[in-house]
Amino acid sequence: MEVYIEVNNLSFYRGERAIYEDVTLQIPKGKITAVMGPSGVGKTTLLRLIGGQVLPDAGTVIVDGVNIGEASRRQLFEARRKMGMLFQSGALFSDMSVFENVALPLREFTPFDATMIRDIVLMKLQSVGLRGAADLMPSELSGGMARRAALARAIALDPDLVMYDEPFAGQDPISKGVLVDLIKQLNSAANITSVLVSHDVEESLSIADHVCLLSGGKVILAGTPEEVRASTDERVVQFLQGQSDGPVPFHYPAMSYQEQLLERE
Amino acid sequence: MTLINYIVTSLLGFIKGLGNSGIFLFQSLFRLPVRPKEAMRLYVRQVYSVGVMSLIIIVVSGAFIGMVLALQGFSILTSYGSETAVGQLLALTLLRELAPVVTGLLFAGRAGSALTAEIGLMKTTEQLSSYEMMGIDPLRRVIAPRLLAGITCMPILSIIFAAVGIWAGMLVSVEWLGVYSGSFWGSMQQAVQFDRDVINGLIKALVFAVAVVWIAVYQGYECQPTSEGIGRATTRTVVLSSLAILALDFLLTAAMFGDF
Repeated sequence: MEVYIEVNNLSFYRGERAIYEDVTLQIPKGKITAVMGPSGVGKTTLLRLIGGQVLPDAGTVIVDGVNIGEASRRQLFEARRKMGMLFQSGALFSDMSVFENVALPLREFTPFDATMIRDIVLMKLQSVGLRGAADLMPSELSGGMARRAALARAIALDPDLVMYDEPFAGQDPISKGVLVDLIKQLNSAANITSVLVSHDVEESLSIADHVCLLSGGKVILAGTPEEVRASTDERVVQFLQGQSDGPVPFHYPAMSYQEQLLERE
Repeated sequence: MTLINYIVTSLLGFIKGLGNSGIFLFQSLFRLPVRPKEAMRLYVRQVYSVGVMSLIIIVVSGAFIGMVLALQGFSILTSYGSETAVGQLLALTLLRELAPVVTGLLFAGRAGSALTAEIGLMKTTEQLSSYEMMGIDPLRRVIAPRLLAGITCMPILSIIFAAVGIWAGMLVSVEWLGVYSGSFWGSMQQAVQFDRDVINGLIKALVFAVAVVWIAVYQGYECQPTSEGIGRATTRTVVLSSLAILALDFLLTAAMFGDF
């Protein structure tokens, strides 16, 4: 297995709180890796660590041979040009139309003329079903449409790595199905390495080649979807079946409920 | 002990903030977008946003301040029988002090707060992160055009403020109060020196422009990405810019006109 991203002994803290402690994981090249886990476990943070938007407190994140933590600003921006990221909110540029949003990376980093850029933008928008919305402004799009437009922008340069932060959240069943197919097609047709952060167990497991399950700042399971489904680990079973009772607490740590209710000033 | 701790921590925080913002300014000023045509397009857009859109408040304020100055100057100078010097008073007051200072304060309220809020909102909605992840430096694409537009627009706005103020003062003193127009313009021409008054006024406006725009974009870029954070950053921009303008004005005035 050829490795595209290597995370070694990673520790990351937000204030006093440890998000990751001594985590090691590998993301294979040309495959779809689903990173799953309960809310607040640091899935989006992992994408930001890979993109170099936050730096590890200890350990290394190596993306395609580049040590992100030690890269200069210039090296970092060069490495990012090979990455595409779909943000949870879409993060479309609000002062540009959908067309201009998708065209921006092409204008910045390719020598293509206006006609070529127009054709590529229309192709990317067609693939996410938004060719007809090319002239709309982001404020005129629904949440799901904005996410799809952002996906078209993320894949505009045909990057080597695409990171999807909750791509299925807020999508209707039709769009969800189209997105699942699109991620799969992108991956197989262009040999893109995909990292998918999602809560949607069924959709993620249906397209992932490799799964990393995070809990309590650690990787509790890394393997194929079949291995995840067959796992008897209580934490994995609880997550996959959505049970509130189990080793992963639903409640944020607090004093006893009864004591707090009866407590008087 | 706690008080000393608080003072030392605050002082260190202030020095750290100053250092960070200095690096931020240096990195932004020399990083316009790579493609010249795109850089020009972004710059012109910001000139419209921070400069042209500030024109109304600058022109209206300049007119009223010029008129009030003329009225006050006339009433005081009349008691000495030297009401013809109202032109000189108007020009010197506006060129040396009021045009750069009031333009700076208005610019901080109108354009500075808008810049902070806009950049802060871009941060909150992950647009700045999006630029970064695309491999486009937001300092180059978002900050540099705004900085340069603000720095070039404010001195021009200050000149417009002074011109409108003098014109409005002329209307009040010559057309309304009956000061002889030859004396009005003559005394002004005699008293105003281009390098000492006009250039020094422009230098002041330029220094205030750097201070206001620097504070505004830095506060937006470094704000907490929440609605409360944007509100606080916007307030800080107006407060810090106003204080910076007044403090810098004293220092510049002492350096420029302090050779008694």
